[in-house]
Amino acid sequence: MEFKSNPEFEQQLAALGGADAKLCFQCGTCTAGCPSGRRTSYKVRKLVRMAQLDMKDEIINSEELWMCSTCYTCVERCPRRVPIVDIIIALRNMAVAEGHIKPAHKKTATNLYQLGHTLAINDEIKATRAKLGLSEVPPTVMANEKAMADLKTILDAVKFDAIVKE
Amino acid sequence: MAKYAFFLGCVAPLRYPGIEKSTRVVFDKLGVELVDLTDASCCPAPGVIKAFSKLTWLAAAARNLALAEKMGLPIMTICNGCYGSLFEAAHELNNNADELAKVNEILAKVGMKYNGTTKVYHFAEVLANEVGVEKIKAAFTKPLAYKIAVFYGCHFLKPTDIKGLDDAEAPHILEDLVEATGCQAMPRKQPMLCCGSGGGLKAAFGDVTKEFTLTNLENMKASEAQFIVDVCPFCHLQFDTAQKELGFEIPVLHLAQLYGIAMGMTEEELGLALHKVPVKL
Ligand code: SF4
Ligand code: SF4
Repeated sequence: MEFKSNPEFEQQLAALGGADAKLCFQCGTCTAGCPSGRRTSYKVRKLVRMAQLDMKDEIINSEELWMCSTCYTCVERCPRRVPIVDIIIALRNMAVAEGHIKPAHKKTATNLYQLGHTLAINDEIKATRAKLGLSEVPPTVMANEKAMADLKTILDAVKFDAIVKE
Repeated sequence: MAKYAFFLGCVAPLRYPGIEKSTRVVFDKLGVELVDLTDASCCPAPGVIKAFSKLTWLAAAARNLALAEKMGLPIMTICNGCYGSLFEAAHELNNNADELAKVNEILAKVGMKYNGTTKVYHFAEVLANEVGVEKIKAAFTKPLAYKIAVFYGCHFLKPTDIKGLDDAEAPHILEDLVEATGCQAMPRKQPMLCCGSGGGLKAAFGDVTKEFTLTNLENMKASEAQFIVDVCPFCHLQFDTAQKELGFEIPVLHLAQLYGIAMGMTEEELGLALHKVPVKL
């Protein structure tokens, strides 16, 4: 008999697109082909098992949750077609909602919130763009204040500012 | 004439503008019209932003999809990350009325609406399936004969169940596109191994990322490749910036740059001065 420590977790996971963790029958094909598992302590089969057992606290506190490169090798090979990457994304959403976010990731999030892009522009790039006959600033939200304001309104509406600020 | 809304993303325009330039020149010569997807933002990056907040990812992606819908054009990306992100967001929104309604409540705050009709394409897919190798060959003016390490990355083909472009383990779409220039795609061990950058891994655990890259470089070197050819500026950034420390010096080209060379573009036009690994043609 399985020990379910947190039935609410199952619903939360499902709402974020991670319902199919239960399909996994623990064959280990995913771990065998995982490039991250080969190089770190991360074991994807174990993570899926922990999700099945509703081990929310252990999962969201673990470093390993952030070691998947989302390469999809496991998803392609899983005999049960478990959407493993979707499950990992759902679990990461839960972790971030409870304040578990790496400083480097917060930086990327802040860039999106402030610039509309994950990276900033700099003088060397501006000069090269001009030399290539491209607009100095790319014709994106970066070049249009109104478009950037719209994006910010959208990000605020989904409470992304909370992730950036807290 | 085929026509696409050109989605720039972040890494190409802000780190390797030569990739953007090459794409514009190459597609113009192939008779494909690229119209700037003006006011677009980051896709947003699936491995990080989607991992922090799925709704944020979906809403910001929907804004980009809605901008293209208003232009009445499908989107073309030059990056696996942008392709994966926008393709998956479109897949979700175009097939799920509830999700679409939820996102439209948010877009309404800025007077926008997405009707769920935008299609998203990767530039290599456009080259292979829309233009075709024969027409591409006819546009080349300079025969090339380099030995190439073809690098697919992950999100161009995978997940294959929704993308359906080629086999995940033994594809040939990029080898065909590379060999159209006269170059030779060199077989190597683990050709589908990830570069290691995705999923926020590079930002959080850069040393792990480097270990992925190292294995790739060892296999590429053993294959006697003279260039790495990628289809993703994020893979491109990793291979170009990590090699010095790892003790390798294999120059890195985006496929649009390789095509630019075969069409007679100069080193300046290709933006090669910004590459960390020197590119000598
Ligand atoms: S490959 Fe699929 S079924 Fe097998 S352990 Fe991994 S997730 Fe479970
Ligand atoms: S997607 Fe993540 S868990 Fe799956 S094989 Fe790749 S790195 Fe491993």
